[in-house]
Amino acid sequence: MSVLVLEKIEKIFGGLRAIGGVSFAVEPAQIFGLIGPNGAGKTTIFNVVTGVYRPDGGRVRFDGEDISGWPPAKVAARGIARTFQNIRLFRSMTVEQNVMVAGFRIHQAGLLSAVLRNQRYRDDEREFRRRAAELLDIFKLKELAGEPADSLPYGSQRRLEIARALMLSPKLLLLDEPAAGMNSQEAMELEKQIRFLRDELRLTVVLVEHNMSVVMAVCENIHVLDHGETIAEGPPAQVKEHPKVLAAYLGEESEEQAVADLEAVSRPLHERPEGPADG
Amino acid sequence: MAAPDRLTTKDWLIRVAISTAVVAGIWGIGQGVQVGLIEYVQRIVLLCGINIILAVGLNLINGTTGQFSIGHAGFMAVGAYATAFCGVKLAPAVTAALGTGAIADGVVFNAALLVGALLAGVAGLAVGVPSLRLKGDYLAIVTLGFGEIIRLLFNNTKALGSATGYFGDNPAGLPPYTSFFWVYVWVVVVVLIVRNITFSQSGRSLIAIREDEIAAEAMATPTTRLKVTAFTVSAATAGIAGGLFAHMQSGIRPEDFKFEKSIDMIVMIIIGGLGSISGAVIGGIFLAVTLELMRDLQEYRLVLYALLLVVIMIVRPEGLLGTRELSPSMFKKKAGAK
Repeated sequence: MSVLVLEKIEKIFGGLRAIGGVSFAVEPAQIFGLIGPNGAGKTTIFNVVTGVYRPDGGRVRFDGEDISGWPPAKVAARGIARTFQNIRLFRSMTVEQNVMVAGFRIHQAGLLSAVLRNQRYRDDEREFRRRAAELLDIFKLKELAGEPADSLPYGSQRRLEIARALMLSPKLLLLDEPAAGMNSQEAMELEKQIRFLRDELRLTVVLVEHNMSVVMAVCENIHVLDHGETIAEGPPAQVKEHPKVLAAYLGEESEEQAVADLEAVSRPLHERPEGPADG
Repeated sequence: MAAPDRLTTKDWLIRVAISTAVVAGIWGIGQGVQVGLIEYVQRIVLLCGINIILAVGLNLINGTTGQFSIGHAGFMAVGAYATAFCGVKLAPAVTAALGTGAIADGVVFNAALLVGALLAGVAGLAVGVPSLRLKGDYLAIVTLGFGEIIRLLFNNTKALGSATGYFGDNPAGLPPYTSFFWVYVWVVVVVLIVRNITFSQSGRSLIAIREDEIAAEAMATPTTRLKVTAFTVSAATAGIAGGLFAHMQSGIRPEDFKFEKSIDMIVMIIIGGLGSISGAVIGGIFLAVTLELMRDLQEYRLVLYALLLVVIMIVRPEGLLGTRELSPSMFKKKAGAK
């Protein structure tokens, strides 16, 4: 059974049809890419899935359950975690505290336990710290645990967002441009980490990303949007050569030129010639 | 295998011992204060304690959670009137059972204070539920209105003395229950409760709401519930402060809880540093003392406030302590840096 199913999702902002009937299904333990030019509606889809926006039409099914229109906290508690395109960390809090905030599944001790500082509270705190340390270790942030989140370099902040999302023990992870602002070294590291999430933690990952080499390297299935509509779907090799994708995504005049350009940017990073070649 | 941080009976005994020592200490200092200080200074010391409760309580919602309440004088008023009224009505029954004396007074006073806190908390819940479900500054507007409504309500309630104020059934006015001992026992209780909430998972979540509410929601944080809880606790502490304030004098008048009182509280926590408990303590004391020093200025007080706030915003926008807490390690760090 598919983990996430979107059925004819529509979202309208005033007179703008941001998403016009998009449907797709994400299978368990799949790395699913959602790509498209700026303004195609990728982040809007994330916001509809996570409950930030209520869809104007269609349904979102997660694990067989209709979650359309659920409030964000309920969606998160149900097992969908996300990161944000423009990093949204709790800036003044330490790296460790940022992760601990998402420990909803661990949280047993209520306010009264906290006030009384009883055994239940202590067990809770110990579990919070243990799990946070585990995640910080995976994402190579252990040394920075005590630092305020906004003092971290950009790439580390992105990794911290993923670590924080994983604290929810989600089934599905939505990553919104995780490679944005990363250098090629960091982006390759990120590819490894995304594969790790899937291979070791059996997570299903949906990835919105502009860095094509990352998308082509890790995704098994790619869904392409343009102006809120689906224009293609399939494995990377197939999507890469789809004429509509080339036209919409790259806006090239000739198809041959587009194919050449897309191949250049989607080559693995270490094989690329020096110099900037951003997707 | 026992966990290394298992709470043992010994730990609880230590806690009880510390609590007893603290209570005894407060009692001892109280005796000293009564003998050593003139009544005028004693009064300022009591006001310091009440201000600390107000500031630390308000800081939980304004500083830690980042939801601005500008009508906390309203909750203080609810607490003050409820405590005074309950105390007056309860006293005959309790003295009949326990006789007159410090014990009966203590029972009446603390029972009345708890009722005051409870009613202020209920008022907080009623204000908080509709306004905190929304993101943004709705709480500020609603609390502003609430503060005025409550004052006008008391102003027009004959049973509570209308504009003349409530002085109880006795011509001598309200009994002077408020002593150094009770004020500072409540200071310790309130500070401890707020501190334990702040440094827990709930506290972390409250700070997360202040930092980024959308991200907090995406992390499954029940934002509305936590905001309402923090606001209710905050209102209840203001109620306790109101009750302590009521029994410091022979009567309470609606004009004791004007909008200026709410501004006083906000100034306390801004001076101390929004989000810092020790900052709120310092701010509370600072305001009690400066208010006394500026007593002759009366109306010009607000002008001086404005000046003070402007200067603080220029020199130290984060307040005296920022969001940090006073702790031994803070001084060590400073010494090491030099």
